[in-house]
Amino acid sequence: MQRLIETRELYTDFFTFEGVVKALNGVSIVVNQGETYGLVGESGCGKSVSVRSMMRIVQAPGKIVGGKILLFLSKEDREKGIDILKRSEAYMESIRGNDISMIFQEASTSLNPVLSIGYQVGESFLLHRLDEMLSETIDTLKGEIESGVNIFSRLWKSFQIGMFRNELESYLKYKRRVEEIDRRLYELEDSEDSESVSERNHLNRVRDRLSKKSGLVEFVEHFPVLRRYRKKLNKTVRKHIIMLLEELGVPNPHNIVDRYPHELSGGMQQRIVIAIALACHPTLLIADEPTSNLDVTIQAQIVDLIKLLKKTTISSVLFITHDLGLVAEICDRVTVMYAGDACETTSVTELFEKPLHPYTKGLLRAVPKIDSEGELETIPGTVPNLINPPTGCRFHPRCPHAMEICSKEKPPTVEYSAGHSVACFLYSEKKDM
Amino acid sequence: MAENLIDIRELKKYYPVHGGIFKRHIADIKAVDGVDLKIEKGECLGLVGESGCGKTTLGKTILRLHGATSGRIYFGQSEDIIERIESLLKSENPEERQEGEKLLRQHDLTRLSRKNLLPLRKKIQIVFQDPSNSLNPRMLVKAIIAEPLIAQRLMSGKDIEKRVLELLYTVGLAKEHMMRYPHEFSGGQRQRIAIARALATYPEFILMDEPTSALDVSVQAQILNLLKKLQDEFKLTYLFVTHHLLVVKHISNRIAVMYLGKMAELGPTAEIFDKPLHPYTKALLSAIPIPDPKTKMEKIILSGDVPNPINPPSGCRFHPRCKYAKDICREVEPKLEVAEGRHQVACHRWKEIS
Amino acid sequence: MALHTAEDTIKERNVAIHPRLQEFTFSAKRFLKNPLTIIGLVIILSFAMIALFAPLIAPPQNADPYRIPHTGWKMAPSPPSAEHPLGTLEQQYDIFYGIIWGTRLAFKIGVVVVAVNLIIGIILGSVAGYFGGITDEIIMRITDMFYAIPFLVMAMALVVALGRGLKAVIITLIILGWPTYTRVIRGEILVLRDRDFVLAARASGASHLRIIFKHILPNSIYSVLIIASMNVGTIVLTAAALSFLGLGSETGYADWGQMVSMSRNWIVGPADNRLAFWYVVIIPGLVIALFVLGWNLLGDAARDVFDPKMRRR
Repeated sequence: MQRLIETRELYTDFFTFEGVVKALNGVSIVVNQGETYGLVGESGCGKSVSVRSMMRIVQAPGKIVGGKILLFLSKEDREKGIDILKRSEAYMESIRGNDISMIFQEASTSLNPVLSIGYQVGESFLLHRLDEMLSETIDTLKGEIESGVNIFSRLWKSFQIGMFRNELESYLKYKRRVEEIDRRLYELEDSEDSESVSERNHLNRVRDRLSKKSGLVEFVEHFPVLRRYRKKLNKTVRKHIIMLLEELGVPNPHNIVDRYPHELSGGMQQRIVIAIALACHPTLLIADEPTSNLDVTIQAQIVDLIKLLKKTTISSVLFITHDLGLVAEICDRVTVMYAGDACETTSVTELFEKPLHPYTKGLLRAVPKIDSEGELETIPGTVPNLINPPTGCRFHPRCPHAMEICSKEKPPTVEYSAGHSVACFLYSEKKDM
Repeated sequence: MAENLIDIRELKKYYPVHGGIFKRHIADIKAVDGVDLKIEKGECLGLVGESGCGKTTLGKTILRLHGATSGRIYFGQSEDIIERIESLLKSENPEERQEGEKLLRQHDLTRLSRKNLLPLRKKIQIVFQDPSNSLNPRMLVKAIIAEPLIAQRLMSGKDIEKRVLELLYTVGLAKEHMMRYPHEFSGGQRQRIAIARALATYPEFILMDEPTSALDVSVQAQILNLLKKLQDEFKLTYLFVTHHLLVVKHISNRIAVMYLGKMAELGPTAEIFDKPLHPYTKALLSAIPIPDPKTKMEKIILSGDVPNPINPPSGCRFHPRCKYAKDICREVEPKLEVAEGRHQVACHRWKEIS
Repeated sequence: MALHTAEDTIKERNVAIHPRLQEFTFSAKRFLKNPLTIIGLVIILSFAMIALFAPLIAPPQNADPYRIPHTGWKMAPSPPSAEHPLGTLEQQYDIFYGIIWGTRLAFKIGVVVVAVNLIIGIILGSVAGYFGGITDEIIMRITDMFYAIPFLVMAMALVVALGRGLKAVIITLIILGWPTYTRVIRGEILVLRDRDFVLAARASGASHLRIIFKHILPNSIYSVLIIASMNVGTIVLTAAALSFLGLGSETGYADWGQMVSMSRNWIVGPADNRLAFWYVVIIPGLVIALFVLGWNLLGDAARDVFDPKMRRR
């Protein structure tokens, strides 16, 4: 399997007033191309922090303090991967929403309440697929001219074509330049001598300052009437938005594009958020509890949609949830997290059939099932405070199999069988020591 | 048949919507729109439905946290009295109807005066969804649990302390927790405190308003077990409001399914899960994610959203999303009818569908 | 419980202290972390000491201690000397004496006005917020009326109508001050009224009074207390302004505003030495500024510590 994104021993801390919250305790996960990968765990286990770290969008008091995040996007960097923690913010911006998109739990807060749906989805198109939109607009304009129009509108249309060509050129130039820089940065990635470090810093800075727009476009934008040439482009974008919304099963998309978020129901808002995320055909979609606030029947609709999209458009999905039922339904492989540790990683079938980690076992037993009777089995105690996490294995105070070593050392992750790894001393050689 | 603890008749709760410059009353949100429901002594009745179906409103109306718009709630009244009042109310004779109204003022929970309500407060309690919200952040655990005892002047001084301690042990907390603030506890422990408070006055009935929705899976199991244990121990009656069907399956004897302010289906838990009759219940059940990758149940995916309760669809309220809908569903409102034994359903076509 | 985290052990060690006290020490520790807070605290405490020991620091010489003693009728102020450590105002009123007893007066005005305002504000705000409906509408429209008229104009008109003097100033400030508190309390209560713990109290059979005093006010009072502490300074400033305009206390009274007013003619000295009478304006002015600054710093610090929305996050 081809890896897509990988974290190695990732540590993220939150520096709060009460103390340092050690939210991630060396998390290593691998998401492969073409799979639906699940991250499960209870609240505060670090599943959201993990993906936020992967996108480098950890909120204010939080900071990534150690580890590596490797990205394997294009053919060239399949071997080594790009360590995105070393890249500039501008690089991350070009990745986010372009190659990796993210949707959040609260659709209503991810949407801007004062902008129409069409505007918000369109923004994503204009940001990441400008070249496509421009060339398509130029083609339609050409077609219109050929079909014969009067002299004035011919003149105006030619002007529009000219402007769009100019815009397209400068955009492509920008893209080429960015690609060059990225390639050079990739070559420099591992060298640590002072010369390449300074070149790297220089390139990162240059990349941050590159402008997408040409001078002509910026100049014309100051003239009220001439500025209107862009309307044609917006029409093209609108066509694409409607197509996309139709694909996502939004009823009556012609009407929806002009609406505002508060006029839509929670399920519909989540569809719009998905539309924004999908506008640029991402390689990986990260879904952070996308259905937790929705009703079961609406949740079923959204899950169905994500499954369908997985088949048709997106290559990989990273699905975060606390609901083991959802995991069983859509994931291929899963990592179970507990208090900032990745406990167990395996395929879904194996997880439910042969869980290894005591926490996973406990969790599976604690979930009410269709055919369960009598008392539910529980895991005693509560999730620990991560300012003073338990030493060694963070699960040991609640673990029925806790041994002496568990409180002293962090258990290493061992491959128990092919594709099934677990971080527990019960399964490592050290057990007998 | 077991004795009814609560008997709800034709209960309606409308929230007025005001609009315009003069805040005129322009419409009603019909949160609960004509619900009949009997809760038997000692049972756990699960009330299920999606957000906006009126399940929480129904529960809070029983507690008189909201006044009802119309309808009657009898709490702990004997069958005879209820029947007598009901027949008086239906009578043609205006004098008899008046007498019925007079009786209602003493027996109907929604019409009781504050003074007459107070003794009932002792018997009816509530546990809220989010314990971080339902515990006063500036009160000590001791004061929180003792609140019903002090507010109703049931005990004083040393007795209160003894009772609080007893309650703490009952819900699995310890003495040292008494003198702490809610923020020092985890979610599960806070919910235990909320449960202890609900138990303080030896209630007969506790409304569980999604008590495990805000909790994690491993803690949810602890709380569910605790609730079950308490029910057996103190002979409690629960109305368990939730949207989580597996939780309800685990804890309740009977299930009532609500949709848009109306009762859709009502029956023993096992029957509802094995043989759902209402198309909405079927869809709801099939939508539950099953934590087992091998059971691939066929999903019934409903199209569209729950309609706006200000302007609910005519006839059967489910018809716009129902694939079995026919003309009759659009025009006539289905009544709750007995399908089999204690299993009731409000659907015109349940026989043909199943 | 089987679990014994490090946190628990810490808690157990402290179990001897009452939890309320523990909360207090927690707050106090946070309070004292900010250097600005300490400055504010020092300023206000020194003022309080001065006010408390005024009769010792500057023994009164008249029947009414607030009357500043004056030695002679010479118009031009005299510079600081052994007899008058901070100099004198026109007509030889002693500045030092005025400052000391003025502190007492400032506290009296500030604290009385703010306390009465608080009480009115809390009562009306609670009633308006908790019961809502027509009562709310009436109370809030009255506060709107107060907001519609410029504050100082209204204050001047009221003082004149009430017959001038210090008493009139205090009554005016009380009449004009309460709407702020009412509004803030009402807003807080509107938010809290539908919180689950208030509903839980209602389900427990608590009376309206009990709900307001036990459940709602303890959670909402801090925001008004913060405003109140800042307002003590503002109130004194306003009283000084009214005195300066000649509407407050009469000439020779130990009132900072009055003292500034008396030095109005001496801001600029004679042509040969423009700064000859610097002390008549600078000293009382500085004292007023310090007093207001102290309360503002204190209020700011209190916001950081007591506001439940700011702490522990």
